[in-house]
Amino acid sequence: MLKINNLHVHYGGIHALRGISLEVPKNKIITLIGANGAGKSTTLRSICGLVPKTDGTIVFEGEDITSLKTTEIVKRGVTLVPEGRHVFPDLTVLENLKLGAYLRTDKSEINKDINRVYELFPRLKERKDQLAGTLSGGEQQMLAIGRALMSRPRLLMMDEPSLGLAPLIVQDVFKIIQQIHNEGMTILLIEQNASAALQIADYGYVLETGSIVLEGTGKELLNNQEVKKAYLGQS
Amino acid sequence: MTLELFLQHLTNGISLGSLYALIAIGYTMVYGILRLINFAHGDLIMVAAYIAFYGVGIFALPWYLSFFIAVLLSMTLGIITEKAAYKPLRNSPRITILISAIGVSFLLQNLGIVLFGGRPKAFQVPEIFAKVYNFGGVNIVGVTFFIPVITVILLILLVYLINFTKAGMAMRAVAKDYDTSSLMGIDVNRIISLTFGVGSALAAVGGIMWSLKFPQLIPTMGLMPGLKCFIAAVVGGIGNVTGAVVGGFLLGLGEILLVAFFPDLSGYRDAFSFILLIIILLVKPTGIMGEKIAEKV
Repeated sequence: MLKINNLHVHYGGIHALRGISLEVPKNKIITLIGANGAGKSTTLRSICGLVPKTDGTIVFEGEDITSLKTTEIVKRGVTLVPEGRHVFPDLTVLENLKLGAYLRTDKSEINKDINRVYELFPRLKERKDQLAGTLSGGEQQMLAIGRALMSRPRLLMMDEPSLGLAPLIVQDVFKIIQQIHNEGMTILLIEQNASAALQIADYGYVLETGSIVLEGTGKELLNNQEVKKAYLGQS
Repeated sequence: MTLELFLQHLTNGISLGSLYALIAIGYTMVYGILRLINFAHGDLIMVAAYIAFYGVGIFALPWYLSFFIAVLLSMTLGIITEKAAYKPLRNSPRITILISAIGVSFLLQNLGIVLFGGRPKAFQVPEIFAKVYNFGGVNIVGVTFFIPVITVILLILLVYLINFTKAGMAMRAVAKDYDTSSLMGIDVNRIISLTFGVGSALAAVGGIMWSLKFPQLIPTMGLMPGLKCFIAAVVGGIGNVTGAVVGGFLLGLGEILLVAFFPDLSGYRDAFSFILLIIILLVKPTGIMGEKIAEKV
């Protein structure tokens, strides 16, 4: 579905991505793990066209999207749940969800999807007229995910969805990710919580200072000695 | 002071306040979305006034058509200004784009002197605005009555646009966060153009009504109202549309009533705005309705 070939990105004078190649097949959860500053977020942001690329290609469903504008990429069905959630704090929960469907014009279908999001996250329904800025961190994360689903994406990318959340909420978030995946969503997930991510992932890539140093199925990586030492805190 | 006289001053103040409010909205909207004080905004008042003047004077158009064209062209000029002078600098330090705005302002004023001549021209006020109406002993010139009415209509339209339309929702989103907005599929550049278009159109309407009230055109005529409306926007809380309206009315009413009650101070009429600005900046720097100013990250 998504194929990245030899992607290079320079970011504020730093060679942030040094020739990354990876693949996201349909209906799979793929995860990228790695330390802070390894280039995980940069990878997702460059797929969305938020970061200019120096070299390489990004192909989505057979179409080269490397140099498309963000709007165009979103139109084709790629969505990112950004790191730090970035809900619109001055807009209500409902308005945030409506913005997720900004490019769509099928009003009745949009309303159906809003109800689907409410089913997935009953808390959001209770708070639909509340300003998003007044939600708790976990609720904001749910809103960010719900908002992303509103565009009916074909590829859902998530940047650190568990960052800064209480352990119980983190569990909820991973449950939700799996539930969305079971409904047929293709997911590209970035996590600092490597063990949780690898447990639900079909395939994973390990990123180190801008290069992929290791890849394998979720299980393989979970049992890999180096991964255990560096990212899972076991020896 | 008799009641009639007071009402006379009050209507005057309301009509001047309406003008300030309309023009201040442009400052505040552009600031909200670009974090830029668009110093060229005031000069759109002048551009709109001259176009309306020539439309009637040279092309012999009916006044309403001429006014309409003036608004359209000023709106276009506002959008072009953003594309030419601000957009290339969007990732530069904010001071650079501010200086660019001051440059555009000088450019427009001097182009005005070259194209329209430096000598004042008399704006022809259509009959409907020049007539004096009498409401129970209070004499009101047409324009004093029409300015607040038109302003209120435009404000209602604006509130509807910002709060109840998809474009308005996008404007509020872009004002908070460019990247996330574009992840929603919003074309950020188009929303910025829309913001400049709306702000410029309001300034143009304000400029034309200004010329109906003070029918003398010179290329630097936008300077003082521009500054005062900037002050109105800051006093109200820059970035906040309601604040700009409140600030505008406060300034307009304050100015007129100050002169009405203390005729000796009439020479200080313009100083009133600046003193108000200084007091607000000392007492409540975020303005009357301002939120906490968070740095954009």
